[in-house]
Amino acid sequence: MRIISIIAAREFRRYYISPIAYAGAAIIFIILGGVFVMNIGFGLPTGSLRPDGRMVLQPLVIILMLVTPAFTMRLLAEEQQEGTLELLLTAPVRDWEVVLGKWLGSFGFLLVILAGTWVFPIIINRFTVPGIDQGALLSAYIGLVALVAALLAIGLFASSLFSNQPAAYLTAVGITLSLWVVGGMRAGSSAFSQAIAYLGILNHYYDNLYQGVIQLTDLIFFASLTALALFLASQVVESRRWR
Amino acid sequence: MSHHLIQVKNLSKSYGNFQALSEISFQAKRGEILGFLGPNGAGKTTTMRILTGYMPPTAGSAKVAGFDVVEESLEVRKRVGYLPETVPLYPELSAREYLSFMGSLRRVENLDDRIDEVLHKVGLEDRAESYAGNLSKGLRQRLGLAQALLHRPEVLILDEPTIGLDPAQIIGVRDLIREVGTDRTVMLSTHILSEAQQICDRVLIIHQGRILAEDTPNNLQSQLAGAERIRVRTSSDSKSLAKLLGKLPDTVEIKLIEGGVEVSGPPGKDIRPIIARTIVEADLDLLELSASSVSLERIFLQLTEEQNAREDSE
Repeated sequence: MRIISIIAAREFRRYYISPIAYAGAAIIFIILGGVFVMNIGFGLPTGSLRPDGRMVLQPLVIILMLVTPAFTMRLLAEEQQEGTLELLLTAPVRDWEVVLGKWLGSFGFLLVILAGTWVFPIIINRFTVPGIDQGALLSAYIGLVALVAALLAIGLFASSLFSNQPAAYLTAVGITLSLWVVGGMRAGSSAFSQAIAYLGILNHYYDNLYQGVIQLTDLIFFASLTALALFLASQVVESRRWR
Repeated sequence: MSHHLIQVKNLSKSYGNFQALSEISFQAKRGEILGFLGPNGAGKTTTMRILTGYMPPTAGSAKVAGFDVVEESLEVRKRVGYLPETVPLYPELSAREYLSFMGSLRRVENLDDRIDEVLHKVGLEDRAESYAGNLSKGLRQRLGLAQALLHRPEVLILDEPTIGLDPAQIIGVRDLIREVGTDRTVMLSTHILSEAQQICDRVLIIHQGRILAEDTPNNLQSQLAGAERIRVRTSSDSKSLAKLLGKLPDTVEIKLIEGGVEVSGPPGKDIRPIIARTIVEADLDLLELSASSVSLERIFLQLTEEQNAREDSE
């Protein structure tokens, strides 16, 4: 636990001096800000939009799918590139502690960013009557945290595969987008297409959590996906032993 | 428990079909500086990675500070300081931050004081706040060494510690290694033979995953060197000088060189006096008479040639 927290703290702090972290955060807040202003300026006055705290969350989900891999791509790839992984793994540290610590550090940073996006619902709530549905908002944010946890774990797994950061980024985006589009398979009627569609990462978000319904099955889906990706990342790190 | 801090028995490692190490065995005591000498790709780094618990061997066993590198890997890693060939630094951390990170992972007590101590030891105390990315190659090497020393390891494993340094830095790092090597076991790899000769108490010569020879640098030299070569220059020309010295019973081999000859005598016998007398008696002017002791370079070439010849005949 102590080792994990040391590694997590270091990764978390590293984001504050990382240009990529600032660029990613800038993308998130500039685009969300633009969407928000357009909604406030045009949607609400014409009555085509109802006041909703979640109005920025749909673009946020898309951006996160493209930006979180940029936050994770260096986590292991850079350590392999620089040879520092050899240093970490010859210290009295277990492979999975390195993986878990790095994931936790990136998760902490993304929580800060998600907390920052809360400013938009606060503004809407302040200036509309009777305000927004706080319960739905909270549920949507819980789903978002679960989604981000999984996205980061997938990104970390991709980072474990390469010593080249762009390769890690593209791999993570590829996995994430694949998990998104397979959700469309539920239009099919066969058991097979339903089973594949179950992997649709955004279905698990939009079907219930986004609607304000917190279902354990969806949270278990995200937790399992996170655990699986972290397990695979540990296995890849450990694979140097039998390669 | 044996007093050997490193015990390696029949260690083998293969990567797929490539046999990187073939049943190597050796030991090292406390206070000993063991040199691991061989060309690139001989298996030095592989051996070190096994001893530091980074990867397990394919066969055989290795114990470091009494612990098995596979079964008790974490115990081994607590007691080993390791400097890999590419110094593993984080460019965005200052020297102090870097040591602080590694020291906390390694549970070093009184970490802040200890960091000052090692920074002083490697001569980096005035660069403690410099970012690793801004340090020169020599200073980076020292910072890597500071990291390896931080937790007072019983065994220090250094992979090519002087590679890429300028001559002044090399001397500094060598002095440092000798200094820290007094109360622990140091194992270092190098492909520079004179370096092994200067720093190490004992040298292992490794080639293609096999240990070819193991001894003190001096013994290796006298055992394997065979004849000493003596360079003679006189006022006479090379050919007649060769004829003159060829009559001596003790000369084993005479080679013509620019302005004189190179003579080798029987092992263990100094033939310089008899050469000098012969030349004076022949009424020639002696211009140079010097023994060039055989360097580890030649021993090494000799050993690897023997090995290659043996393989060819198999």
